[in-house]
Amino acid sequence: MTGEVAAKPSRQLHSKSLLAPSVGALLLWMVVPLAMTLWFSAEHYNLLSPGKTAFAGWENYRDLLTHRALWVAMGNTLFLVGLVLAITLILGTFFSLLLNQDFPGRNICRLLVIAPFFVMPTVSALIWKTMLMNPVFGLFAWITRSLGFGTIEFFSSMPMLSIVVIVGWEWTPFAVLILLPALHSLNPEQMEAARLDGAGPIALFRHIELPHLLRPMAVVAMIEMIFFLSLFAEIYVATGGGPGLASTNLAYLIFRDALLGFDVGRASAGGVVAIILANIVSFFLMRVMGRNLEDLR
Amino acid sequence: MATVELRNVRKQFGNHEVIHGIDLLIQDHEFIAFVGPSGCGKSTLLRMIAGLEQVTGGEVLIDGSPAQDVPPAKRGLAMVFQSYALYPHMTVAENMSFSLRLSGASKAEREQKVRAVARILEMEPLLERKPSQLSGGQLQRVAIGRAMVRQPKAFLMDEPLSNLDAALQGQMRLELARLHRELNTTMIYVTHDQLEAMTMADRIVVLNEGNVEQLGSPLELYQHPATFFVAGFIGAPKMNFLDAEVKSVSEQSLTLALAGGASVVVPRPLQELKGGEKIRLGVRAEYLALEPEGDLRGEIEALEHLGPRAYIHARLADGARLVAQTDGDTQARPGDRVAFRVRSEATHLFNASGKALTRPGPQTPLS
Amino acid sequence: MRRIRQTRWGLAVAVWAIALGMFFPILWMFLCSFKTEIAAVAVPPKLFFRPTLENYYAVLQRADYLAFARNSVLVSLGSTLLALALAIPAAYSMAFFPTRRTRDILLWMLSTKMLPAVGVLVPIYLLWRDLGLLDTVFGLILIDSISVLPIVVWMLFSFFREVPAVILEASRMDGATQTEELLHVLLPLCTPGIAATALLSIILCWNEAFWSLNLTTVKAATLTTFTASFSSPEGLFWAKLSAASTLSIAPILIFGWMSQRQMVRGLSFGAVK
Repeated sequence: MTGEVAAKPSRQLHSKSLLAPSVGALLLWMVVPLAMTLWFSAEHYNLLSPGKTAFAGWENYRDLLTHRALWVAMGNTLFLVGLVLAITLILGTFFSLLLNQDFPGRNICRLLVIAPFFVMPTVSALIWKTMLMNPVFGLFAWITRSLGFGTIEFFSSMPMLSIVVIVGWEWTPFAVLILLPALHSLNPEQMEAARLDGAGPIALFRHIELPHLLRPMAVVAMIEMIFFLSLFAEIYVATGGGPGLASTNLAYLIFRDALLGFDVGRASAGGVVAIILANIVSFFLMRVMGRNLEDLR
Repeated sequence: MATVELRNVRKQFGNHEVIHGIDLLIQDHEFIAFVGPSGCGKSTLLRMIAGLEQVTGGEVLIDGSPAQDVPPAKRGLAMVFQSYALYPHMTVAENMSFSLRLSGASKAEREQKVRAVARILEMEPLLERKPSQLSGGQLQRVAIGRAMVRQPKAFLMDEPLSNLDAALQGQMRLELARLHRELNTTMIYVTHDQLEAMTMADRIVVLNEGNVEQLGSPLELYQHPATFFVAGFIGAPKMNFLDAEVKSVSEQSLTLALAGGASVVVPRPLQELKGGEKIRLGVRAEYLALEPEGDLRGEIEALEHLGPRAYIHARLADGARLVAQTDGDTQARPGDRVAFRVRSEATHLFNASGKALTRPGPQTPLS
Repeated sequence: MRRIRQTRWGLAVAVWAIALGMFFPILWMFLCSFKTEIAAVAVPPKLFFRPTLENYYAVLQRADYLAFARNSVLVSLGSTLLALALAIPAAYSMAFFPTRRTRDILLWMLSTKMLPAVGVLVPIYLLWRDLGLLDTVFGLILIDSISVLPIVVWMLFSFFREVPAVILEASRMDGATQTEELLHVLLPLCTPGIAATALLSIILCWNEAFWSLNLTTVKAATLTTFTASFSSPEGLFWAKLSAASTLSIAPILIFGWMSQRQMVRGLSFGAVK
């Protein structure tokens, strides 16, 4: 009763029609392209010879699953998602703890730390690729040479890790953005009571701050997962998926097949695989988020 | 004219019926209180009268015409909410004149009406402030003022004082009573506090689990409760209840056996009762006299000293608990052995289903 | 006392170092934009140099840069407006007329975001081609608004829920129709939240790269496409590239800084007060 506004039958009908456009648009977005992807994945369809489509059945999938490319891409995807998630959460928590302290210029520091999140991913990749990691003109190269370590070819020798660094740099600020206010909202009296009980800084973190942060961390993890599974721009700009397939993730692989190889059938099959993967991941995440939404009833 | 009538009004939420066929006629100009424990349906009933809640069955008539399909604003009623529900982004004056703005009244008319109400409620200096700058009591005034500006046929108040501290509550109770006298408008007041209802209302409706237990004036409810529930709900301290068994019925009186061997003779010839029947005896604290030879024996557990009087909380031999009123300068102490006598003509008798069995005779309290 | 002061200063230094470290790449690019091309590629990298505005002039003079910028603005604003138009009624309905299915609908909306864009790249590309929407601003607006819709609904829902339903009931008692309720009470009360949501949407659309890269080529390309085209630069253009990039990210950086507190409130859905 409380929290709800009484709805006359006319109002209830009205409220359903308020929801309809959004739900309808999203439904359309899900159903039509999804159905088409499934359809195409079972076809031999190349954009270069559009007239000659033929039913392929499982062939595209067989092709896909027996070639190295898909498995490398999946491995890279999971590697990327897992590592960046871990980095952003750990560093994000650490930075938030630091920024939660009182010291001069704390607000400016906060702005500086969250800035990278607002930078276009293409520009981020460019900065890192050309200005920092470039083996000839880049800053890092100059530093390592001056220190006697020679030149590190970041994108050739550790392409995936380089991407991880770029994405980690972009998204750690996002974790701070969410976690810092959460930390700030922690009741100081709780901390004082624990301190009186004899808790040192590590115990305080483990028993009070960390549990309080678990919920916002789940939010961070969920949002980041959504974006990391289909990471594209950074790879496109920084490495083009290379060398070879070393930094190709699932998204880039499908893009390559579709718009560079013009193989619609194969790309669609890859798309289906990507969708299945995303569904598995999201299933677990929805359970966590659903629990978060519980206390809103 | 501002009568409100409910005819066989029912309310269901999903499959769960919360109001079971209520009939009620609220007279013009009267101050009527809906009182009852949480969940009894009093707020739901008020909201159905207001139009904020749909009626599942039955009719709501305002001034004789059916109103259950009329939108809230067109019913000519105004509501004061428990949490005040003021518009945080508007000033006090804007809050009060919002309804006039919506109905297209001119600026001059709005200002004049708001000022008039502000004068009555003594809140003129608050007019340009925002709700966030006001105290609880002031917020309450604004909420009432907003209702008054609409010059409604009836005021609906949903526990308006429950968010105020005790001292303020007492003060506001008097203010509301004064307002009612001055405006002479029907007021329908919902509260869970029987004291509020008793002090302010002309008539009280006691509700329990979606049913009307009793409708009557405060004194009627206090002296002649129709059901066990009403007897226990109205009046503080709560009425004492003792389980009793009918020993014998004569032409003049009824003899009851109480637990622990005591017996009481009630001067009421209730012929319909049989020997061995189980009934409940109710007696208020002020009708229990301390008497060394009394039938009800026990030990004092606690004492409440209220100045002019004191309440003795005692535990009887069989475990039953009683509250008895006595002089303020009593020398009794916790742990003392004590005995009571029941003023038998001031007892209330209830059968197994909770209905009161005839009225007790005229009563005068002991002290 | 002195120990605490020392740790305080030690802490300040450490955090400042981290903050500057995080901001450094942006700062470096910003500095490079004021160098001459030769100074920009100098090895060892120059920390001190003669600043010049020639790069900014050069970039702003390029007609195609302005076209890209204009497209970014149109797409961001257009998608945000369209998303808000769909989302405000939906969030209103879910916040104030919740049913047993409301939670499920919200979660479902969120789950549509989990659909990897790449999974429907092919059909969307073909659909857009057949509908004549390839390389059009409108086509990009359509896709961006769908992409951002679940988040916009989510944030608006959480802001709307903060308004106590009694206030809307009071306005109904005062005689407000549903539209008047929305206009006079709900929207004014939620203006900061709606602004934060709109800003987040603008930021997400402005930075959106996947669809810009795949669905546009020349006419409707945005700044993301423009900057991406420099993925294999020749060293001679770095200073100008820095200027173009700085111009591309500056407005969003400022928007982000301005609205970050409110954005977080909506995003965290009450997990953060």
